[in-house]
Amino acid sequence: VINISQRLDATFAALADPTRRAILARLTAGDASVLELAKPFGISQPAISKHLKVLERAGLISESRDAQRRPRRLEPKPLAEATGWLEDFRQFWEASFQRLDVLLDEEKAKRKKIAHGKKGDRR
Amino acid sequence: MTNPGTLKVATPTDCEIVLTREFDAPRQMVFDALTKPELLKRWFAPHGWSLAVCEVDLKVGGRFHFVIQRPGGGRTGMRGVWSEIAPPERLVHTESFDDFPGESQITTEFAEQNGRTTLTIRSLSPAKEVRDAILRAGTDGMAECYDKLAGILAASARPSAQG
Repeated sequence: VINISQRLDATFAALADPTRRAILARLTAGDASVLELAKPFGISQPAISKHLKVLERAGLISESRDAQRRPRRLEPKPLAEATGWLEDFRQFWEASFQRLDVLLDEEKAKRKKIAHGKKGDRR
Repeated sequence: MTNPGTLKVATPTDCEIVLTREFDAPRQMVFDALTKPELLKRWFAPHGWSLAVCEVDLKVGGRFHFVIQRPGGGRTGMRGVWSEIAPPERLVHTESFDDFPGESQITTEFAEQNGRTTLTIRSLSPAKEVRDAILRAGTDGMAECYDKLAGILAASARPSAQG
């Protein structure tokens, strides 16, 4: 079992290369075969295959079942882990705390009302 | 609405998470909002998430049990035991999730100045894996995660694709 920090290392190593990032960006638009991926970059098919292997090992892409074209597909999970989880954690709590701000304002208003209404009538 | 302080999240070591946030209210009110179920239910867990179970027995050795209901139908259970209760300054409790092993220690401090409260929640886990699981517990299964991905990727990859 690979733990999360090893997985993150593999993710960041794979993302360190501009061609590989461009390949991933292309795959966000849809699956693509090796040939289709090689074309816009003007590099050889073996060179692209090498990059694809690195991305595949990092779990960032997978090979679709279509036996003829063998298109590559983006696997979003490792990237979501790398880019998203700390920020998502912060946003989850910040959204909760913004609701707490509202609650505290309401409670303060309630107290003010009680203090006002009970002037000279301390409980 | 009063100006809300922005939440800071720090991970000073592999096993820690520190949350710091300022509130425009005296600390006794913030303390109550974090320990009274009827108040907790009103703010904890945003965006259609909710606290399906919220039980708090606020005494040293007493337990709490929360079940967070996700909009998609999943549930996350968490529970713990209070080991220190010093209202309105400080709380210490253990915390573990039903979905994964490992018990963390949570220290919550409330500092008040000019009617405003700085809340600091420090979580200390027994291992990095436990700490990371906590970081992901709030977000696991969030579909937005995946929706955002394409945008993030396209934005970060575009300049180098042309270079």
